[in-house]
Amino acid sequence: MSATRLRIGYIPLVDAAALLVAADHGFSAAEGLDIDLVREVSWSNVRDKLNIGLFDAAHMLSPLTIASSLGIGHVRVPIITPFNFALNGNAITVSASLFAELAALADGDLADPKVSARALARVVAIRKEQGGEPLAFGMTFPFSNHNYQLRFWMAAGGIDPDEDVRLVVLPPPYMVESLAGGHVDGFCVGAPWNSVAVESGVGHILHFGCEIMQRASEKVLAVREGWANENPAVLAALIRALARAAAFIEDVEAHPRVAATVARRLEVDPSLVLRTLSGSLKLAPDGTTRANNRYIMIGREAASRPDPVQADWIYAQIVRWGQAPLTDELQAAARHAFRSDLFDAALGQQPPRPSEPSDGIGAFVGPAFVADDIAGHLAAWRNFRGGKPRLSIVR
Amino acid sequence: MECVQRRRNSGPRARDAAVALEAMVLAVTRKGSEPPGLGTPPPSGQRDSTLKIAIVDESPIRAAILEDGLREAGFTQVERIAETHNLLARVYAIDPDVILIDLESPSRDMLEQMFQMSRVVKRPVAMFVDQSDSAAIRAAVDAGVSAYIVDGLKKERITSILDLCISRFNAFSRLQSELDRAKDALEERKVIDRAKGVLMKAKGLSEEQAYALLRKTAMNENKKIIDIAQSLLTAAELFK
Repeated sequence: MSATRLRIGYIPLVDAAALLVAADHGFSAAEGLDIDLVREVSWSNVRDKLNIGLFDAAHMLSPLTIASSLGIGHVRVPIITPFNFALNGNAITVSASLFAELAALADGDLADPKVSARALARVVAIRKEQGGEPLAFGMTFPFSNHNYQLRFWMAAGGIDPDEDVRLVVLPPPYMVESLAGGHVDGFCVGAPWNSVAVESGVGHILHFGCEIMQRASEKVLAVREGWANENPAVLAALIRALARAAAFIEDVEAHPRVAATVARRLEVDPSLVLRTLSGSLKLAPDGTTRANNRYIMIGREAASRPDPVQADWIYAQIVRWGQAPLTDELQAAARHAFRSDLFDAALGQQPPRPSEPSDGIGAFVGPAFVADDIAGHLAAWRNFRGGKPRLSIVR
Repeated sequence: MECVQRRRNSGPRARDAAVALEAMVLAVTRKGSEPPGLGTPPPSGQRDSTLKIAIVDESPIRAAILEDGLREAGFTQVERIAETHNLLARVYAIDPDVILIDLESPSRDMLEQMFQMSRVVKRPVAMFVDQSDSAAIRAAVDAGVSAYIVDGLKKERITSILDLCISRFNAFSRLQSELDRAKDALEERKVIDRAKGVLMKAKGLSEEQAYALLRKTAMNENKKIIDIAQSLLTAAELFK
């Protein structure tokens, strides 16, 4: 029997590792699948090509999957995910000069996001007082954790992300040069771009994404719901191939081979990928490092299993920042996009997520997340703005 | 009339677009402060030439081809944006009704932010190509053209721009492949000339005799002259 050919789009990032390794290390072939990987340049392209059927599946931002299912930002196409490519993996990087300003104004250890957020609020206030340009931060897409993590962090320090700073969408490959050119003062992006900024001497990594939220669904395998319904056996085979690849990636012995494969697809130095997988990152050109085993989680601690609480959390962020109203219907639609049932059907009942963090998210500040009471949860935030869509003022 | 004529001409070309190498996104925004759906639609007699069009393309040749085509079709307000830094600021400065962007440009995601913000900055942007039109979207993207189209703009006005983009894109692809073919032909000639030189020197032949020998060998072996010439040069290199 000939292999089933699948066309799958991806953006060159380390969190696509399970997909790249499944295709390049024979995990997909073992399931009778022939994966045709298509490298893409923008999330808009990935979404559109998946939506209209040019792709069978795609590596996609988790919040974009939800947004597409809710019909916000674009045409509504029900997209589901039966497999989570990665939890976490982002980092917030700032320019050397902003880092120096933050260090001078910090009232404690800058490694604590509460301290750094307060310091950032002071920088913002001083700029405003002196009539200077507001700080600008790059992120990758309106519906992305990069956007939400920056906002969550800034808001914790008392900053209004819509009024006090500028948040601009930048394609990941442009982040480092934008920081070097002074077009932005910092950014939140996935691996390996933070390390690239540090390596080229223009950036200081301030926080790992997992310091803002301990567990955040970053990228998922996205498929059209209709396609999933019509191709259950193929989808199950794909889930199994990806799950095996994800487990392989977590084997420390395999890291050099995984890094070589991923680096080849990303066209970066394998050492940068290794650093990401090990969770030990160089923070600054002076060689300071920080290690956190939650930096990126691919095939462990139930990272691969789509967790409905992640869908609820993402929807709560969408509502918090005014991208969609809060309704039971929309929340149900968001939750419906994360299909742990398909994951379990393909792999057998899988262990649940770890008991820590207890709410499944583990944000660094604020009350524990209660999925069934998003309204109550959001009421705790001063910056909650219901239903008023806004992102950033560019003019 | 010219527009109608052009569309008729571009019909078969538009079908060729299925094999277009390059792709473009058509983004259309409508200026005005009223929310979508509440404003009065523009009168159908409104001339297309009043549309302000911005082209975001890092390929200056393709951008020029597109611009020429649009101007010929009567769109007088066409601006090109080559740089990606401060793309949104440039877009706002130009304040276009229609934005054309290369589908292979990573800057596409930056434009998405503009659609997000549109309600804030009082620029209503909505999907004109609605859910029921997903077949139309697919056809367009298949052809290499995707459309963000605004509520309130007549579909037909956009279609003429889309058709024009597709035909111009094909023209560019053809130009590119003709250029590649010309380059290849030039390269082939150089290789054959060098092979002739090798034969003339090694066997004391005239140029015509050398070429005749190459041609005869190619015919006997059922190969192209260029392949024989290339093999000969490789062999000559080995014997050096």
